Amino acid sequence: MKGPGTASSVRVVTLKINDHDVSARESESILEVARENGIRIPSLCQMDGLSIAGACRLCMVELKGSSRLLAGCATRVAEGMEVLTNTERLRKYRRMIVELLLAERNHVCSVCVSNGRCELQDLAFECGVDHVRFPYRSAVYQVDASHDWYRVDHNRCVLCLRCVRVCDEIEGAHTWDAMGRGINCQVVTDLKRPWGESDSCTGCGKCVQICPTGALVKHGTSAGEMEKDVHFLPYLSRMRHWE
Amino acid sequence: MHLDELADFAAEVRKEQQESKHCIRVCMAAGCQSSGAAAVLDGLKGQVDDDANVHVKGVGCMGLCAAGPLVEIESLEASSKTASSKTLYQKVTADDAEAIVDSLDAEPVERLRCSTDIPFFAWQKKVVLENSGIIDPEEIKEYIAADGYLGLVTALTELTPADVLREIKASGLRGRGGGGYLTGLKWSTVAKMPPGQKYVICNSDEGDPGAFMDRAVLESDPHRVLEGMVLAGYAVGADHGFVYIRAEYPLAIERLKKAIQQATRQGLLGKNICETRLSFDIEIRLGAGAFVCGEETALMASIEGSRGQPRPRPPYPAAYGLFGQPTLINNVETLANVPSIIRHGGDWFAAMGTERSKGTKVFALAGRIQNTGLIEVPMGITLRDIIETIGGGVPDGKTFKAVQTGGPSGGCIPEQFLDLPVDYDTLRDVGSIMGSGGMIVMDQSSSMVEVARYFMEFCMDESCGKCVPCRAGTDQMYHLLDKIVKEKATSRDLALLEELCDMVSATSLCGLGQTAPNPVLSTLRYFRQEYEEKLQDLAVAGSGQADLARADSSASETEETK
Amino acid sequence: MMQQNRITVATTWLDGCSGCHMSLLDIDDRLFLLAEKVDFVYSPLVDAKQLPESVDVGIIEGSVSTDEDLHKAIEFRKRCKFLISLGDCAVSGNVPSMRNLFKLDDVLDRAYRENVQVNPQIPRDGVPKLLEKVQPLHGVVDVDLFVQGCPPSAEVIWNVLSELVAGRTPDPTKLTRFGA
Repeated sequence: MKGPGTASSVRVVTLKINDHDVSARESESILEVARENGIRIPSLCQMDGLSIAGACRLCMVELKGSSRLLAGCATRVAEGMEVLTNTERLRKYRRMIVELLLAERNHVCSVCVSNGRCELQDLAFECGVDHVRFPYRSAVYQVDASHDWYRVDHNRCVLCLRCVRVCDEIEGAHTWDAMGRGINCQVVTDLKRPWGESDSCTGCGKCVQICPTGALVKHGTSAGEMEKDVHFLPYLSRMRHWE
Repeated sequence: MHLDELADFAAEVRKEQQESKHCIRVCMAAGCQSSGAAAVLDGLKGQVDDDANVHVKGVGCMGLCAAGPLVEIESLEASSKTASSKTLYQKVTADDAEAIVDSLDAEPVERLRCSTDIPFFAWQKKVVLENSGIIDPEEIKEYIAADGYLGLVTALTELTPADVLREIKASGLRGRGGGGYLTGLKWSTVAKMPPGQKYVICNSDEGDPGAFMDRAVLESDPHRVLEGMVLAGYAVGADHGFVYIRAEYPLAIERLKKAIQQATRQGLLGKNICETRLSFDIEIRLGAGAFVCGEETALMASIEGSRGQPRPRPPYPAAYGLFGQPTLINNVETLANVPSIIRHGGDWFAAMGTERSKGTKVFALAGRIQNTGLIEVPMGITLRDIIETIGGGVPDGKTFKAVQTGGPSGGCIPEQFLDLPVDYDTLRDVGSIMGSGGMIVMDQSSSMVEVARYFMEFCMDESCGKCVPCRAGTDQMYHLLDKIVKEKATSRDLALLEELCDMVSATSLCGLGQTAPNPVLSTLRYFRQEYEEKLQDLAVAGSGQADLARADSSASETEETK
Repeated sequence: MMQQNRITVATTWLDGCSGCHMSLLDIDDRLFLLAEKVDFVYSPLVDAKQLPESVDVGIIEGSVSTDEDLHKAIEFRKRCKFLISLGDCAVSGNVPSMRNLFKLDDVLDRAYRENVQVNPQIPRDGVPKLLEKVQPLHGVVDVDLFVQGCPPSAEVIWNVLSELVAGRTPDPTKLTRFGA
């Protein structure tokens, strides 16, 4: 989506985030600038090095004097902007979004291989979700363990589509994509062939590493054992964009 | 083709048309076709045989779909060469063909007659539908004879792109797809983008339940839309257009294809249109049945060959659109207004309608209403005039309860607002929207909670699944509504539903999710009682004691610790 | 310590593994401190067989899976001024709710017919009837406080109880989480 800007095209603006004065390059998003300045905005689908999806809606922020919310990941900063990232209204919405995710599929933390190392779990903790007010949907989802090294458990998928993007944008294989719509949406490999039969999958495992939950994991892991490492991504992304 | 050539051609066709004394028009739009219009047309053609005095042709939508198949006879007066009389027949079958043809030079067939003096016809004001039901949509010469392409050829030979823009701005035309964005502003934004590859897209992915305005325009007068697109291309500097149309409209697609071929053959489309430097091609792209593809960024993704899902805006299509290029996206009806505006001038258009909503609007009347069908009325007309006068009111002696406008993004308007003028802003003020023009009338027997559930089910099914609030939120809202309808919900469920409505509309990625709660919110606003009547008492347990208990126990504990 | 000012606490386990109660016992010697201020009037851990008419604090472990669970949950709600949902099974349904993905009859068949060699039969007499769907506690009654964890640690339970004893409303949301 964005490569490094040339020196002549870079313009710097100043803005306020939660009443802190900050400066930023005009090409940066609100989320990036907030992070640079140590201001935490919860997010799930966004990942440095991947294109912007704007799908999880957790990083929504308010602008002073406006009731319309903006996605922090997808909105560029502008001169004089007054951003609020942690209002009561935003906290309420974030909590509900996490609740919706927890009720959507079958996230049984205690027996999940990613227990204790899961971004959804962390978000629930951060957003104060101590219980889910919505009825659990308890829909049946498949587990595809056909790949030699990896497994996809759709019960744990939050449809952040990071796997789709990393496979397409970084690995260049485009094994993953989404199918179906609405609540029936799900990620698939090679037009819904079993992962193990995929011709396009290189087995690189990037999707597994960046999956925020226990949806994409390595074989041979038991509850709480799936450790992931995403440090490769910013590096690879930089190298890929080095024209 | 130059202006004088076009005028000669038009005159020739008109002369040809006047050679036959009687013109029999059979509505061949999808509505009448579904009730047997094709057989009627065949029957009439068979009866007439090759009588040069009678010309039988299939035409587009005549509007009163409830009375279809419709047949109109236009006969030249014996005394005059130009004056003519019209007779409209309703619910015609193939068996009636003989009687109709026999009556041509005699008295009309009374049992089939449909009065054209009724308000349904008399109160309408036709701009977009001016040729609809009159010309044969499959013949470009008929469109040209009705002053078609006059606007385009005039613009190309006598106006600059800036002049065209000026007329559109002066007209005050606003987007007819639902949003009501100023068309002139949109056009000039795309025009101002640096020169290079630009696109014009005609959004024909009409998907609101009960809405068929765009289909009727495309089926009845496809050249009008093409002309509007070329004019748009001229004004904004684009040389390529796409019509994104849903595959569920096979007849419209077929006629559009024919129209593109004919216009290209006449040099009104393609390379160097009218021997000027303007080139403009139009391609058709079929939608595969996803409502969300009516959202502009999802529509563009679909044309590009990707999954039809919206993306965050900005950047807006005007700056970063199809294939990353500046793109103008307009709805069918919006573009269909353009030729008339260029032909008659922006001021002519602006003279119709209200202060902030100019021109006319096409509405599809459906539901519990006498005259279901398609109408075009000036903006600012009251809902009561539309429903009671033009629409003939609620049938079977039932009473009116509410009218739903704007489809799944709109709301239900109760009786007390029927005298409000129909314009973008007024409808928004009462919790609905103009939308694309669907109007569903409901009588006392309709349960508003069930109406809300119906639209929520629609949104749930049509959510693309990309953003969480819309994907999971519409599902939860649907089930909460279902629980209320089935009288299993409590006041807490209703409170949760309202919280969800607020969150989903505030945080969803695109218009689908942002407006999905509207039918719930508007029915809650005007018919809250219907929701509350269905609520169950809270379960034995709990029942609001929680807070009291907490206060009590804290108090006793506080004492205890001292 | 005045006897009449002691807090009364009732606990029960529904469909769970009783691990949350074990975790309660894991507060170890602090049980003695607790015993000075709290009366456990009804619990699987004590002898009392009758839930008193009125109790200050009710603590429920486990999900609502049978008609008996439902009955207990309702009785607790009626009689307890402050009701705590303890542990992931009570809060989210957790492992017991994994059967919600299947039809109840299929679940029973799998357990009592398909995998049984001798005299396969579905037990019906003297056992509580399974509900069609497992629910978290707040799915059937109002809950005042949620304590996540599988099980919540002894520290968290101690924190909750001592806050209550101190007359404050506990807030364990920064101490525990789902699956903790």
